[in-house]
Amino acid sequence: MSWSWPYFFDYMTNGLMLKGVWVTIWLSIISMVIGLALGILAALMKMYGNGLLRYIAEFYIWLFRGTPILIQLVIIYTGLPQLGIRFTVIESCILGLALNEGAYLAEIIRAGIMSVDKGQEDASRAVGMNWRERMWLVILPQATRTIIPPLGNQFNGMLKTTSLCSVISMQELMRSAQMIAQIQFRVLEAYCIAALWYLLLVSIWGLIQARIEAHYEKPFGSEEATVSDKS
Amino acid sequence: MNDIENVVSLKNVKKAFGKNVVLDGIDLDVRKGEVVVICGRSGSGKSTLLRCIDQLETIDSGEIRAAGHLMGFREVKGKLVSLSDAAVARQQRDIGMVFQNFNLFPHVSVLENIMLAPTKILKRSRSEVEQEALALLEKVGLPDKRNAYPRQLSGGQQQRIAIARALAMKPKLMLFDEPTSALDPEMISEVLDVMVDLSKAGMTMIVVTHEMGFARAAADRVILMHNASIVEDAAPQEFFENPKSEHTQLFLSKILQH
Repeated sequence: MSWSWPYFFDYMTNGLMLKGVWVTIWLSIISMVIGLALGILAALMKMYGNGLLRYIAEFYIWLFRGTPILIQLVIIYTGLPQLGIRFTVIESCILGLALNEGAYLAEIIRAGIMSVDKGQEDASRAVGMNWRERMWLVILPQATRTIIPPLGNQFNGMLKTTSLCSVISMQELMRSAQMIAQIQFRVLEAYCIAALWYLLLVSIWGLIQARIEAHYEKPFGSEEATVSDKS
Repeated sequence: MNDIENVVSLKNVKKAFGKNVVLDGIDLDVRKGEVVVICGRSGSGKSTLLRCIDQLETIDSGEIRAAGHLMGFREVKGKLVSLSDAAVARQQRDIGMVFQNFNLFPHVSVLENIMLAPTKILKRSRSEVEQEALALLEKVGLPDKRNAYPRQLSGGQQQRIAIARALAMKPKLMLFDEPTSALDPEMISEVLDVMVDLSKAGMTMIVVTHEMGFARAAADRVILMHNASIVEDAAPQEFFENPKSEHTQLFLSKILQH
């Protein structure tokens, strides 16, 4: 059985494959958004929390960075029912991916916050901002500039990490490729198409990330790029 | 001593960083509308004094009353209880502070720097605050920089925006922590001019600076700090021509040498 272009092109737009692509996209986005919220929370708890909150954050980061995502997914979906805790496939995937992502993002966000000049804390206190206002209006918006590149890197990884969800029968891109491969045993063609789709998704994300970076870099832009003084 | 007239009143304020005593029992009263210049060698405690008044540092003992607040504390049945972060923030709204390194918010435009606190903290209407912000930009001589980002401005321009940002909260007291020390010489006067205007408009000001020209022109009192204490507190003419403390004589001889 040699390489078959007809199968290859057929798989590219196969309905099952496209459904897998779509699932990979939304699974990545939802998990990333929840992971980001968890990451911000954990970073703030670790940096500003009292003893207990800090320990909880540190334990969470330690646990989820210290164990393979694959084991986390399997435990959540197939292990926890033993204790009577049941999640659907979709819930398990989002939960596992988001918890894992949050642990990594927490450290990235912490680094971003630490990169903000200490004078910004003084200045925001001096105009009468409380802790929450300092964080949301001054510190985090500036930390974002430092956070975006590694955050983009993480999302790039997330798009591909979702493939592990195929193990607990989530019908994302990897699982679609597996199923298609089993129909006519065109394994190489099916997985090559899946790989191409991942490449395409990651490339599109790269373009989006560049736009986001440009947006956050604008205030810090090069000397030549001066803003018009006229409003 | 009339407490109502005093915008600032410090009683026996002490502060140490570890074993290093930076404020050793400071007493200081500043009346409404008064301009007080504080000078002294670096490390004499003058910047820390300003930072303590504005609660950017907490004091070890004593009490600070400023802009009508007992800074950092409230009195409960004769005892002092530390205030929460949010309560301290409410006190800080009535005091404006200008820093040596400007510390503008680099991620937003000049106009947004000025409008951020009044709109987001005081929740005032944007259009009303914008009118005031534009008037402030006019006042500091930078009406055409509203859309620029801090990065695109010179040091002198940034410092004038920082003054406008502080004034936008309508403070009862303005603190200046070496406002011209980070500036190129040719930009110093543009900042001092704004400060002189402000003093003429009746603002109560405490200014830590080495600009003796400003002290002569605008100060009601000049204070010298030495080793965590106030060693001279006099009217400018007295301070420069007939200083009582030997530390002041030494200080003046050093800065007037050049």
